[in-house]
Amino acid sequence: MFAFIVSRLLQAIPVMLTVSLISFSMFAYVGDPVAIMLGQDYTEAQRAALVRELGLDRPFYVQFVVFLQNAAQGEFGLSYRLARPVADLILERMPATLELSFTAACLALVVGVPMGVYTGLYRDSWLSRFFLTISLIGVSLPTFLIGILLILVFAVILGVLPSFGRGETVAIGWWTTGFLTASGLKALILPSITLGMFQMTLIMRLVRSEMLEVLRTDYIKFARARGLSNRAVHFGHALKNTLVPVITITGLQLGAIIAFAIVTETVFQWPGMGLLFIQAVANADIPIMAAYLLLIALLFVVINLIVDLLYYAVDPRLRGGLRAAGGR
Amino acid sequence: MPLLEVKNLRVEFPTRRGTLTAVDDVSFHIDPGEVLGVVGESGAGKSITGAAIIRLIEPPGRIAGGQVILNGRRIDNIPLDEMRHVRGKQIGAIFQDPLTTLNPLYSIGRQLVETMQTHLALSDREARARAIRWLEEVGIPGAAQRVDAYPHQFSGGMRQRVVIALALCAEPNLVIADEPTTALDVSIQAQVIALLKRLCREHGTAIMLVTHDMGVIAETADRVAVMYAGRIAEIGPVRDVVKHARHPYTEGLMGSIPALTHKVARLTQIEGAMPRLTDIPPGCAFHPRCPKVFERCRVERPDLMPTDGPNLAACWLHAPARGAREVGHAA
Repeated sequence: MFAFIVSRLLQAIPVMLTVSLISFSMFAYVGDPVAIMLGQDYTEAQRAALVRELGLDRPFYVQFVVFLQNAAQGEFGLSYRLARPVADLILERMPATLELSFTAACLALVVGVPMGVYTGLYRDSWLSRFFLTISLIGVSLPTFLIGILLILVFAVILGVLPSFGRGETVAIGWWTTGFLTASGLKALILPSITLGMFQMTLIMRLVRSEMLEVLRTDYIKFARARGLSNRAVHFGHALKNTLVPVITITGLQLGAIIAFAIVTETVFQWPGMGLLFIQAVANADIPIMAAYLLLIALLFVVINLIVDLLYYAVDPRLRGGLRAAGGR
Repeated sequence: MPLLEVKNLRVEFPTRRGTLTAVDDVSFHIDPGEVLGVVGESGAGKSITGAAIIRLIEPPGRIAGGQVILNGRRIDNIPLDEMRHVRGKQIGAIFQDPLTTLNPLYSIGRQLVETMQTHLALSDREARARAIRWLEEVGIPGAAQRVDAYPHQFSGGMRQRVVIALALCAEPNLVIADEPTTALDVSIQAQVIALLKRLCREHGTAIMLVTHDMGVIAETADRVAVMYAGRIAEIGPVRDVVKHARHPYTEGLMGSIPALTHKVARLTQIEGAMPRLTDIPPGCAFHPRCPKVFERCRVERPDLMPTDGPNLAACWLHAPARGAREVGHAA
């Protein structure tokens, strides 16, 4: 088990190095940071001094190593636009994005899995057909459109939910949370539905097709032949066997939710990392973009590790695979 | 009173091109503790008959007629909720491929405990102790240590032993074994059959043994039913069916089995193939392949009728008086 984690962590190193290189290349080759920092009027001496100060006169690989050292310490320099440390900016925005993503993912799972099970079990009922139609809408409508429609209905016409922002937040250490105030929770509803809609329909359709597949297997037939209750057969034997692909997709989608919360955050002016990133893109604020890229890569690596560990917990064949070689 | 009585069972599969009758007017009974072998080619309807008894036919297949009576009580029309208490508790089932019949994600102990606790009032500890006892009974070495092992940690033969334990653990009166050895290594087949037979004898459990292996039937069964194209062609004590077959199809079947004791130049072969369900010929379904076919076979369908032995055969050769004359005439 421990060896497994270590090997996975070692595999993550080349991934992170590659992303670092790309991220670093943005620094080095996209735009000219010196020109940006100096502004319009400067002397050649000032330019040379700044180049030396920033270490840009050193060879490429030395610069990369320095970049890696700094990145490992969470040091990504100053934002060009806001002139504040990038790490601070990102940390400030992270709670908003993570809370939104977490809520969206929970929503997608809590609604998507039961709907998938239901439509898998009773595939000809009218409710199943209804769910499938809805899911088609969820899969095919672009996120920003869903967001705007929700705002139109619930914020503009009905006026029951806020159309933008995070509401009031409570600070717990450096973390700010919207979970503890009524306005924070209300503000969370529309963006999380918008963000989670696609994943929810995806999970529902995945669970449904996996259920249909699993229900046809011999071990389900055998479970019925042993007289087990429908509940035990459907939720014990069948659902558990659909979990491995569902965990995979959910894990990847969780990464996608966080990384691509950009659109939803823009629509709802949600003060998260996505909004920070989109503003950085607009202003060619390279340090923020580079740091964001690295952070998202790290997130995917961590999520993948967790997914692998969950496989381990769900499927004994993976555990046994290591043991059975010697143990049989 | 017989343990199980199947009367005029009919199983249909509605398809776009019309309704297929997979099992047609099948009747037989099984006495307590008896082993009934059911043989036939693939597609003869033997597995579907077994599935129909425990109501596990794949939709859209359905029981279209007849009765299934277990211990004097009809079970073909009771609600599925009640059927659940028949499955496992009164009729156990063993499937063909042990590699796919066990849920890969649960330990074998858990699957045994779950089955027993569904049907018997047992505490967790009692159920676990019994699970270990069952594993010992079916000959799993080191049962106490391996009770928490998962299916993939066992070989095919061992898994089929686990399946047998699962089928018997709630002490049913009848086990329907659908080709229990077909997927196994030849060297293990005999062991598994012997185990099944021994356990059922000890527990007084009757077996409906579905197979296409005449050798297995000859060694194991008390009586045998030979199925052809969804109907029973011949049924009777195993010795009579094997040695003195009354139906030409059974004769052909027996003639096609190689024997070690005497040398034959060529095994007998039944010409042609079993008809598909879509085009079963009128009259006796076997008549186009039958070496003894005569006029009546082509037009009128024979039901099971008494013969000069203890077997019943669905063949006009055994029709009383009129049939006998015609046989003489045809010959």
